[in-house]
Amino acid sequence: MTPLLEIKGLKTHFGTDEGIVQAVDGVDITINKGETLCVVGESGCGKTVTAMSILKLIAMPPGRIVEGQIIFEGRDLVPLTSNELDEVRAKEIGFIFQEPMTSLNPVLTVGEQIAESLRRHDGLSRKDALARTIEMLKLVQIPNAEARVHDYPHQFSGGMRQRVMIAIALACRPKLVIADEPTTALDVTIQAQILDLLQDMKDRFGMAVMLITHAMGVVAETAQRVVVMYAGKVVEEASVERLFAQPSHPYTQGLIRSIPRIDLDSEHKARLETIGGAVPILINPAPGCRFAPRCRHAVSRCIETEPVLREIASGHRVACHLGEAP
Amino acid sequence: MRQYILRRLLIAIPSLLGISLVLFTVLALAPGDPFSDLATNPNVPPEVGLALRAKFGLDDPLYLRYLHWLVAMAQGDWGFSFVSRVNVDTLILQRLPTTLYVIGSAQLVALLIAIPVGVYAATRPYSIFDQIANTLAFIGFSLPTFFTGILFILIFSVKLDWLPFVYTTDINATGIGWLGEEIRQAIMPVMVLALFQGASLTRFVRSAMLDVIRLDYVTTARAKGLGQRRVIIKHVMRNAMIPVVTLIALQMPAVFGGAIVTEQIFRVPGIGSLLISSILSNDTPVVMAVTFVFACLVVLFNLIADVLYGWLDPRISFR
Amino acid sequence: MAGLTLASPSVERRASSPWRETWRRYCRHKLAVVGAVLLLILVAAVVFGPFFWHVSINDIDFNATLQGPSLAHPFGTDDLGQDLLARMLYGGRISLAVGLAAMMVSVIVGTLVGALAGMSRGALGHALMWLTDLFLSLPQLPLLLLLIYLFRDQLKAVFGPEGGIFILIVLVIGGLRWMPVARLVRAQFLSLREKEFVEAARAIGASPTRQVVRHILPNALGPVIIAGTIDVAAAIIAESTLSFLGLGFPPDTPTWGRLLYDAKDYLDISAHWALFPGAAIFIAVMAINFIGDGLRDALDARRVV
Repeated sequence: MTPLLEIKGLKTHFGTDEGIVQAVDGVDITINKGETLCVVGESGCGKTVTAMSILKLIAMPPGRIVEGQIIFEGRDLVPLTSNELDEVRAKEIGFIFQEPMTSLNPVLTVGEQIAESLRRHDGLSRKDALARTIEMLKLVQIPNAEARVHDYPHQFSGGMRQRVMIAIALACRPKLVIADEPTTALDVTIQAQILDLLQDMKDRFGMAVMLITHAMGVVAETAQRVVVMYAGKVVEEASVERLFAQPSHPYTQGLIRSIPRIDLDSEHKARLETIGGAVPILINPAPGCRFAPRCRHAVSRCIETEPVLREIASGHRVACHLGEAP
Repeated sequence: MRQYILRRLLIAIPSLLGISLVLFTVLALAPGDPFSDLATNPNVPPEVGLALRAKFGLDDPLYLRYLHWLVAMAQGDWGFSFVSRVNVDTLILQRLPTTLYVIGSAQLVALLIAIPVGVYAATRPYSIFDQIANTLAFIGFSLPTFFTGILFILIFSVKLDWLPFVYTTDINATGIGWLGEEIRQAIMPVMVLALFQGASLTRFVRSAMLDVIRLDYVTTARAKGLGQRRVIIKHVMRNAMIPVVTLIALQMPAVFGGAIVTEQIFRVPGIGSLLISSILSNDTPVVMAVTFVFACLVVLFNLIADVLYGWLDPRISFR
Repeated sequence: MAGLTLASPSVERRASSPWRETWRRYCRHKLAVVGAVLLLILVAAVVFGPFFWHVSINDIDFNATLQGPSLAHPFGTDDLGQDLLARMLYGGRISLAVGLAAMMVSVIVGTLVGALAGMSRGALGHALMWLTDLFLSLPQLPLLLLLIYLFRDQLKAVFGPEGGIFILIVLVIGGLRWMPVARLVRAQFLSLREKEFVEAARAIGASPTRQVVRHILPNALGPVIIAGTIDVAAAIIAESTLSFLGLGFPPDTPTWGRLLYDAKDYLDISAHWALFPGAAIFIAVMAINFIGDGLRDALDARRVV
């Protein structure tokens, strides 16, 4: 089965005053039809830049896709012009942004912001687009949709705005939806509702979902497969069950261990586990494994050569020297 | 929305009162009581002089005089000009349309330049076009209007003899000929003001656009595959023009001030040149009235700016 | 949990002081540097020029009226045969001095009002802001003209013709331009006084004055410097405009605006008389505007890309 989306060796760099930031430095990600893939990692590990590179939503100066292929349904998106890419945006690949408070245009009604997609991609008339828009609002569980469709974003709460964002992303029934930390800016109770809504939409429309998050709890709840990123590179990739049962990269292990858990209180120390140190600056990165400075298992080989992704079990890949044949 | 306008109106009235108070106080504090000129000025017929003394209550305490003056102003009785021997309000009404016409045209031309250039420069920041536009804009608003006016006269009237440099209100022509003459004589004062305004507006439009372009909701719009043009016009401009529109309204008072200079150079018979000539000839009632008119214009345009802002930004009118 | 935490081999940045950072960012603007250089040249010329160019400013010479630039008179002469270069150097001092003094008046008054309004939590703050809004509603040029017209003679009597007008113009221009500074300063105060570092100072017993001077004012400096720069340019234009309208300095004081006033009736025969002072005003204002722009980008960390 050919994958829906294949990112191969993507490198996206940013030119800044201090030097070139290699934000995404050789990333491979594959998503199959109808699958939920979670991309997880700390802030600054490159997951958002990877996602935005797919639809070329990054600012193109100073950003640049230096290398790599992004193959969607057999077609490489990287060489496409912005005009050509417009046919893919929203129609084939939808995007849900992180900040509902600032991601909606304040001077247009929410109805208009959904309908313009429909008119553009599905060629609907104004009347039909409005009808479909109201349908979408009902689907994302906005009460009193017929009236609310003419309201402005500032008249909605954060959770409701995120529902509107979901409606925008799904309006043209895309095959893939990229959700960039869709719940990070919301209250915990609303988070659960939004994740449920996403699952509901997925059940209904059968699209693939690329969910970006830094919370392992969300991963456990929603993912079918997981990709762990660190400092612009993929460090581990596995099905969700295998990842939690047999995390093989020290960073993944650290991430899982740092989830607060009340049930283990009696067996383990009461302190929250953390991963010491900080994410490295990605200008002229040092050779070798980027996690080495924070890794408790690091040896000299880790500082000298960079590990590559190798398969340690079916569908489970790790980029780490531990366990490698010498 | 109506509530918003009403509230804004209510705030405008104390502003006007405050300004009138300041003006009156300034005049009252001035040495050599200007009002007493009324009695001694030979141009003023004695009956009028007496009536004016009574109306201004020149012997009454200060606050009474202020109230008298305020009431008179509100009733449209603005006094009598020493120099021109007519009622001041007639004088002003005669000259105001010319000023409005010159300023209005200048503002229009300025917008026609500033919006396309500013928007285009913002979509290609730091390109050659942007750098040239920026530099030209700088030069434009660093050139004081009186110097530009002089340069224009030098080039177009003296050297090339294309355009007249004195403005006349009665032109011996009709129809198209008249229109042509009107344009010929108005074009220099209008262009002087337009270039100055256009330069600062261009920079402002550009920076307002750049401020909006990097906001999150513009990325959302791009993610919808709407195409560059639609994103810029429907999403970016619609938001960026809000501060621009309010700035234009807020800058109008300064434009009126700039018109004073232009009217002097090109001898346009508007209220700006009226102010200067009445100052030079010590015609106090006219000076006071014209200054008051300028003050009213400021308050009026502040009000317009507020209303426009409330109308354009849906977040405001719901307050 | 102690593990081997190796020191990060990644980039170690040279610690540079905020001032050097600002200077570096400023120098990146070619136009801003050009502006600074131009202004320096102008200032040096008017300050030191008269020491090198010894021609008097009011040597009347009817044999040399309205002459174009020549070796004897590099900027030409006016209708009385007076040397324009000398007059411009002298007038330049006055014009620039007015600009600087008016800026200082507006910055000092604005900072005081803004600081008081920003620190007060009650009626005083509201009253001061109402006053600021009132002054902002006053029409500037007409009021300027009005005030000069009314108080000119009185001040001349007390301080002499040139001194009187100088004081009047500086006070009036500065007195009508302090409002934007007051607003800026107040906004900064309002946002900074609740910040943690100020609360910390309060907690250890710093008096309000000390809080203001040592903690808040330095942070408010940036926008005030920028506003001050623009003020100098605006003040120079205001003075030139007044002189050009015949309502500025007395007739024989050759400020650049006054020179234009005298020259405007002789445009067809001696254009140079108007062009030199006009160009000087233009260059001075443009240079200051470039500097202001460079400062704005240098002091504001949030740059537009």
